[in-house]
Amino acid sequence: MDALDGNAIAGVLFEVFGAEMTTSAAVCANCGARAPAAELAVYLRAPGTVARCRTCMSVLMVLVTIHERTCVDLRGLDTLEIPASRGPSGWG
Amino acid sequence: MIELIEETAEATSIVLDLPDRQRHRAGQHVDVRLTAEDGYEAQRSYSIASAPEDAYLVLTVERLDDGEVSPYLVDTLRPGDELELRGPIGGYFVWEEVLGGPLLLVAGGSGVVPLRAMLRHHQAVGSTIPVRLLYSVKSLDDVIYRDELMGMAADDEIDVRLTLTREQPEGWRGYARRIDQELLADVAWPPSEGPLTYVCGPTSFVEVAANALVGLGHDPGRIRTERFGPTGG
Repeated sequence: MDALDGNAIAGVLFEVFGAEMTTSAAVCANCGARAPAAELAVYLRAPGTVARCRTCMSVLMVLVTIHERTCVDLRGLDTLEIPASRGPSGWG
Repeated sequence: MIELIEETAEATSIVLDLPDRQRHRAGQHVDVRLTAEDGYEAQRSYSIASAPEDAYLVLTVERLDDGEVSPYLVDTLRPGDELELRGPIGGYFVWEEVLGGPLLLVAGGSGVVPLRAMLRHHQAVGSTIPVRLLYSVKSLDDVIYRDELMGMAADDEIDVRLTLTREQPEGWRGYARRIDQELLADVAWPPSEGPLTYVCGPTSFVEVAANALVGLGHDPGRIRTERFGPTGG
Protein backbone atom coordinates (compact mmCIF):
# COMPACT_ATOMS: atom_id res chain seq x y z
CA MET A 1 0.00 0.00 0.00
CA ASP A 2 1.33 3.42 -0.98
CA ALA A 3 1.89 5.79 1.87
CA LEU A 4 -0.01 9.05 1.86
CA ASP A 5 1.16 11.94 3.99
CA GLY A 6 0.15 13.86 7.08
CA ASN A 7 -2.20 16.13 5.13
CA ALA A 8 -4.54 13.14 4.98
CA ILE A 9 -4.93 13.04 8.76
CA ALA A 10 -5.19 16.79 9.37
CA GLY A 11 -8.83 16.38 10.40
CA VAL A 12 -8.31 13.68 13.02
CA LEU A 13 -5.18 15.44 14.34
CA PHE A 14 -7.24 18.59 14.77
CA GLU A 15 -9.83 16.59 16.65
CA VAL A 16 -7.22 15.00 18.93
CA PHE A 17 -5.01 18.02 19.60
CA GLY A 18 -7.51 20.84 19.17
CA ALA A 19 -5.29 22.69 16.72
CA GLU A 20 -4.08 22.71 13.13
CA MET A 21 -1.19 20.24 13.33
CA THR A 22 0.12 19.72 9.78
CA THR A 23 2.70 22.50 10.10
CA SER A 24 3.78 21.30 13.55
CA ALA A 25 7.25 19.80 13.79
CA ALA A 26 7.34 16.12 14.70
CA VAL A 27 10.66 14.74 15.95
CA CYS A 28 11.32 11.01 15.57
CA ALA A 29 12.43 9.34 18.80
CA ASN A 30 14.42 6.77 16.85
CA CYS A 31 16.49 8.79 14.37
CA GLY A 32 15.89 12.36 15.48
CA ALA A 33 14.59 13.52 12.10
CA ARG A 34 12.44 16.60 12.37
CA ALA A 35 9.67 17.24 9.85
CA PRO A 36 6.29 18.95 9.60
CA ALA A 37 3.53 16.49 10.46
CA ALA A 38 2.28 17.01 6.87
CA GLU A 39 5.37 15.18 5.62
CA LEU A 40 5.05 12.02 7.70
CA ALA A 41 4.34 8.80 5.78
CA VAL A 42 0.74 7.93 6.59
CA TYR A 43 -1.01 4.60 6.13
CA LEU A 44 -4.78 4.82 6.36
CA ARG A 45 -6.39 1.56 7.19
CA ALA A 46 -9.68 2.18 8.91
CA PRO A 47 -10.24 2.22 11.79
CA GLY A 48 -6.51 2.67 12.45
CA THR A 49 -3.99 5.10 11.03
CA VAL A 50 -0.23 4.78 11.26
CA ALA A 51 2.17 7.70 10.76
CA ARG A 52 5.81 6.86 10.17
CA CYS A 53 9.00 8.88 10.03
CA ARG A 54 9.88 9.44 6.36
CA THR A 55 13.60 9.15 7.14
CA CYS A 56 13.81 5.87 9.11
CA MET A 57 10.20 4.62 8.75
CA SER A 58 9.77 4.14 12.50
CA VAL A 59 6.19 4.28 13.70
CA LEU A 60 5.61 7.69 15.31
CA MET A 61 1.85 7.80 15.81
CA VAL A 62 -0.98 5.30 15.81
CA LEU A 63 -4.53 6.64 15.87
CA VAL A 64 -7.52 4.35 16.14
CA THR A 65 -11.04 5.76 15.99
CA ILE A 66 -14.03 3.66 16.98
CA HIS A 67 -17.44 5.12 17.78
CA GLU A 68 -16.32 8.73 18.13
CA ARG A 69 -13.50 7.70 20.47
CA THR A 70 -9.92 8.04 19.27
CA CYS A 71 -7.05 6.20 20.94
CA VAL A 72 -3.66 7.75 20.32
CA ASP A 73 -0.28 6.07 20.69
CA LEU A 74 2.63 8.51 20.40
CA ARG A 75 5.42 6.29 21.70
CA GLY A 76 7.60 6.77 18.64
CA LEU A 77 7.64 10.52 18.94
CA ASP A 78 10.33 12.44 20.70
CA THR A 79 8.42 15.71 20.54
CA LEU A 80 5.43 17.17 18.77
CA GLU A 81 4.84 20.90 18.87
CA ILE A 82 1.25 21.86 19.48
CA PRO A 83 0.37 25.42 18.44
CA ALA A 84 -0.94 27.65 21.20
CA SER A 85 -3.54 29.32 18.95
CA ARG A 86 -6.54 27.14 18.34
CA GLY A 87 -9.57 27.41 16.14
CA PRO A 88 -12.94 25.75 15.81
CA SER A 89 -13.16 22.21 14.47
CA GLY A 90 -15.95 19.70 14.53
CA TRP A 91 -18.67 18.56 12.19
CA GLY A 92 -21.41 20.71 10.81
CA MET B 1 -25.65 21.21 -2.27
CA ILE B 2 -26.77 23.52 -5.02
CA GLU B 3 -25.20 22.25 -8.21
CA LEU B 4 -23.20 19.44 -9.80
CA ILE B 5 -20.80 20.27 -12.62
CA GLU B 6 -19.43 17.45 -14.75
CA GLU B 7 -15.81 18.45 -15.34
CA THR B 8 -14.63 15.28 -17.11
CA ALA B 9 -15.90 11.71 -17.45
CA GLU B 10 -14.41 10.96 -14.04
CA ALA B 11 -14.44 14.26 -12.16
CA THR B 12 -17.46 16.16 -10.90
CA SER B 13 -17.58 19.43 -9.02
CA ILE B 14 -20.00 19.76 -6.14
CA VAL B 15 -21.08 23.31 -5.38
CA LEU B 16 -22.02 23.87 -1.75
CA ASP B 17 -23.71 26.77 -0.04
CA LEU B 18 -22.63 26.47 3.59
CA PRO B 19 -24.30 28.07 6.56
CA ASP B 20 -21.76 29.85 8.78
CA ARG B 21 -19.04 29.24 6.25
CA GLN B 22 -15.58 29.73 7.64
CA ARG B 23 -13.17 31.34 5.17
CA HIS B 24 -10.68 28.78 3.94
CA ARG B 25 -7.12 29.13 2.68
CA ALA B 26 -6.28 28.07 -0.87
CA GLY B 27 -5.06 24.46 -0.79
CA GLN B 28 -7.06 23.30 2.23
CA HIS B 29 -9.48 20.40 2.24
CA VAL B 30 -12.64 19.34 4.02
CA ASP B 31 -13.63 15.96 5.39
CA VAL B 32 -16.98 14.64 4.19
CA ARG B 33 -18.84 12.15 6.38
CA LEU B 34 -21.68 9.94 5.22
CA THR B 35 -23.79 8.04 7.73
CA ALA B 36 -25.99 5.13 6.66
CA GLU B 37 -29.33 4.39 8.29
CA ASP B 38 -27.74 1.59 10.32
CA GLY B 39 -25.18 4.02 11.68
CA TYR B 40 -22.28 2.92 9.49
CA GLU B 41 -20.03 5.86 8.78
CA ALA B 42 -17.60 6.54 5.94
CA GLN B 43 -15.42 9.59 5.73
CA ARG B 44 -13.12 10.99 3.05
CA SER B 45 -11.07 14.12 2.51
CA TYR B 46 -11.67 16.30 -0.53
CA SER B 47 -9.65 19.30 -1.59
CA ILE B 48 -11.44 22.59 -1.93
CA ALA B 49 -11.43 23.67 -5.58
CA SER B 50 -12.78 27.18 -5.08
CA ALA B 51 -10.90 30.30 -4.00
CA PRO B 52 -11.64 31.78 -0.58
CA GLU B 53 -13.10 34.74 -2.47
CA ASP B 54 -15.62 32.64 -4.44
CA ALA B 55 -19.31 32.81 -3.58
CA TYR B 56 -19.64 29.07 -2.92
CA LEU B 57 -17.47 26.26 -1.66
CA VAL B 58 -16.65 23.84 -4.47
CA LEU B 59 -15.27 20.30 -4.09
CA THR B 60 -14.15 18.36 -7.14
CA VAL B 61 -14.59 14.65 -6.66
CA GLU B 62 -13.15 11.85 -8.73
CA ARG B 63 -15.65 9.03 -8.96
CA LEU B 64 -14.13 5.69 -8.02
CA ASP B 65 -16.35 2.75 -8.99
CA ASP B 66 -15.51 0.78 -5.87
CA GLY B 67 -15.45 3.83 -3.60
CA GLU B 68 -17.68 4.15 -0.56
CA VAL B 69 -18.21 7.89 -0.74
CA SER B 70 -17.56 9.26 -4.23
CA PRO B 71 -20.29 7.27 -6.08
CA TYR B 72 -22.83 8.63 -3.60
CA LEU B 73 -21.61 12.20 -4.02
CA VAL B 74 -21.62 12.01 -7.81
CA ASP B 75 -24.62 9.76 -8.57
CA THR B 76 -27.05 10.06 -5.69
CA LEU B 77 -26.71 13.49 -4.16
CA ARG B 78 -29.22 16.01 -5.55
CA PRO B 79 -29.42 19.79 -5.36
CA GLY B 80 -31.02 20.69 -2.05
CA ASP B 81 -29.52 17.70 -0.24
CA GLU B 82 -27.28 18.29 2.75
CA LEU B 83 -23.83 16.99 3.51
CA GLU B 84 -21.91 16.69 6.75
CA LEU B 85 -18.54 18.43 6.52
CA ARG B 86 -15.61 19.11 8.80
CA GLY B 87 -13.17 21.86 7.96
CA PRO B 88 -11.57 23.72 6.36
CA ILE B 89 -8.59 21.61 7.36
CA GLY B 90 -4.84 21.80 6.85
CA GLY B 91 -2.28 24.57 7.13
CA TYR B 92 0.71 23.12 5.34
CA PHE B 93 -0.40 22.66 1.75
CA VAL B 94 -1.66 26.22 1.56
CA TRP B 95 -0.62 29.18 -0.57
CA GLU B 96 -1.14 32.81 0.31
CA GLU B 97 0.44 35.81 -1.34
CA VAL B 98 2.65 36.60 1.67
CA LEU B 99 4.44 33.29 1.11
CA GLY B 100 5.74 34.71 -2.16
CA GLY B 101 7.10 32.93 -5.18
CA PRO B 102 7.81 32.54 -8.00
CA LEU B 103 5.31 29.78 -7.76
CA LEU B 104 5.51 26.35 -9.36
CA LEU B 105 2.42 24.17 -9.17
CA VAL B 106 2.83 20.55 -10.23
CA ALA B 107 -0.33 18.47 -10.61
CA GLY B 108 -0.86 14.80 -11.38
CA GLY B 109 -4.45 13.99 -12.41
CA SER B 110 -6.99 15.16 -9.84
CA GLY B 111 -4.10 16.64 -7.85
CA VAL B 112 -4.90 19.78 -9.80
CA VAL B 113 -7.88 20.50 -7.53
CA PRO B 114 -6.18 22.34 -4.63
CA LEU B 115 -3.80 24.00 -7.11
CA ARG B 116 -6.79 25.39 -8.99
CA ALA B 117 -7.93 26.98 -5.71
CA MET B 118 -4.47 28.61 -5.47
CA LEU B 119 -4.68 29.87 -9.07
CA ARG B 120 -8.15 31.31 -8.51
CA HIS B 121 -6.97 32.93 -5.30
CA HIS B 122 -3.95 34.35 -7.13
CA GLN B 123 -6.29 35.97 -9.65
CA ALA B 124 -8.82 37.10 -7.04
CA VAL B 125 -6.21 39.07 -5.10
CA GLY B 126 -4.61 40.42 -8.29
CA SER B 127 -1.26 38.91 -7.39
CA THR B 128 1.72 39.80 -9.55
CA ILE B 129 3.70 36.75 -8.42
CA PRO B 130 4.57 34.69 -11.51
CA VAL B 131 3.07 31.20 -11.54
CA ARG B 132 3.70 28.13 -13.61
CA LEU B 133 1.36 25.18 -13.58
CA LEU B 134 2.64 21.85 -14.85
CA TYR B 135 -0.28 19.47 -15.18
CA SER B 136 0.25 15.81 -16.01
CA VAL B 137 -2.85 14.02 -17.24
CA LYS B 138 -3.71 11.01 -19.41
CA SER B 139 -5.39 12.86 -22.27
CA LEU B 140 -6.87 16.22 -23.18
CA ASP B 141 -10.33 14.90 -22.28
CA ASP B 142 -9.12 14.22 -18.74
CA VAL B 143 -8.02 17.82 -18.14
CA ILE B 144 -10.15 19.12 -15.28
CA TYR B 145 -11.09 22.85 -15.58
CA ARG B 146 -9.78 22.82 -19.15
CA ASP B 147 -11.48 25.98 -20.40
CA GLU B 148 -10.74 27.86 -17.22
CA LEU B 149 -7.06 26.90 -17.24
CA MET B 150 -6.72 27.87 -20.89
CA GLY B 151 -8.31 31.20 -20.02
CA MET B 152 -5.90 31.67 -17.11
CA ALA B 153 -2.97 31.03 -19.41
CA ALA B 154 -3.82 34.35 -21.10
CA ASP B 155 -2.89 36.08 -17.81
CA ASP B 156 0.62 37.55 -18.04
CA GLU B 157 1.58 36.08 -14.69
CA ILE B 158 0.24 32.56 -15.26
CA ASP B 159 1.84 29.98 -17.47
CA VAL B 160 0.10 26.63 -18.00
CA ARG B 161 1.92 23.58 -19.39
CA LEU B 162 0.31 20.22 -19.97
CA THR B 163 1.87 16.84 -20.40
CA LEU B 164 -0.47 14.25 -21.93
CA THR B 165 0.90 10.92 -20.84
CA ARG B 166 -1.32 8.44 -22.67
CA GLU B 167 -3.08 10.00 -25.63
CA GLN B 168 -2.27 13.15 -27.58
CA PRO B 169 -4.42 14.89 -30.18
CA GLU B 170 -3.03 15.12 -33.69
CA GLY B 171 -0.46 17.83 -34.04
CA TRP B 172 0.08 18.07 -30.25
CA ARG B 173 3.21 20.06 -29.56
CA GLY B 174 3.20 19.89 -25.77
CA TYR B 175 4.84 17.29 -23.59
CA ALA B 176 3.71 13.72 -24.11
CA ARG B 177 5.32 11.70 -21.34
CA ARG B 178 5.29 11.10 -17.63
CA ILE B 179 7.00 13.68 -15.53
CA ASP B 180 10.77 13.27 -15.13
CA GLN B 181 13.79 15.33 -14.15
CA GLU B 182 14.40 16.61 -17.68
CA LEU B 183 10.82 17.78 -18.06
CA LEU B 184 10.92 19.52 -14.69
CA ALA B 185 14.26 21.15 -15.57
CA ASP B 186 12.51 22.57 -18.62
CA VAL B 187 9.48 23.91 -16.77
CA ALA B 188 10.63 24.77 -13.24
CA TRP B 189 12.00 28.15 -12.23
CA PRO B 190 15.76 28.10 -11.77
CA PRO B 191 16.58 27.12 -8.16
CA SER B 192 18.52 30.41 -7.85
CA GLU B 193 15.19 32.28 -7.96
CA GLY B 194 14.10 30.52 -4.77
CA PRO B 195 10.79 29.24 -6.13
CA LEU B 196 8.01 27.98 -3.91
CA THR B 197 6.64 24.68 -5.19
CA TYR B 198 3.45 22.74 -4.52
CA VAL B 199 3.15 19.19 -5.78
CA CYS B 200 -0.12 17.28 -5.58
CA GLY B 201 -1.11 13.95 -7.06
CA PRO B 202 -0.93 10.21 -6.49
CA THR B 203 1.84 9.10 -4.15
CA SER B 204 4.20 7.80 -6.85
CA PHE B 205 3.77 10.98 -8.91
CA VAL B 206 4.57 13.18 -5.94
CA GLU B 207 7.68 11.15 -5.06
CA VAL B 208 9.02 11.36 -8.61
CA ALA B 209 8.35 15.09 -8.94
CA ALA B 210 9.69 16.06 -5.51
CA ASN B 211 12.83 13.92 -5.85
CA ALA B 212 13.50 15.28 -9.33
CA LEU B 213 13.20 18.87 -8.10
CA VAL B 214 15.57 18.21 -5.20
CA GLY B 215 17.92 16.56 -7.70
CA LEU B 216 17.83 19.75 -9.76
CA GLY B 217 18.97 21.74 -6.75
CA HIS B 218 15.66 23.02 -5.40
CA ASP B 219 15.48 23.66 -1.67
CA PRO B 220 13.45 20.77 -0.14
CA GLY B 221 12.15 23.24 2.44
CA ARG B 222 10.40 25.17 -0.36
CA ILE B 223 8.66 22.12 -1.83
CA ARG B 224 5.31 21.28 -0.29
CA THR B 225 3.64 18.04 -1.14
CA GLU B 226 0.24 16.43 -0.84
CA ARG B 227 -0.39 12.83 -1.79
CA PHE B 228 -3.68 11.39 -2.97
CA GLY B 229 -4.34 7.70 -2.59
CA PRO B 230 -6.87 5.15 -3.73
CA THR B 231 -8.48 5.68 -0.34
CA GLY B 232 -9.72 9.01 -1.65
CA GLY B 233 -12.88 7.20 -2.89
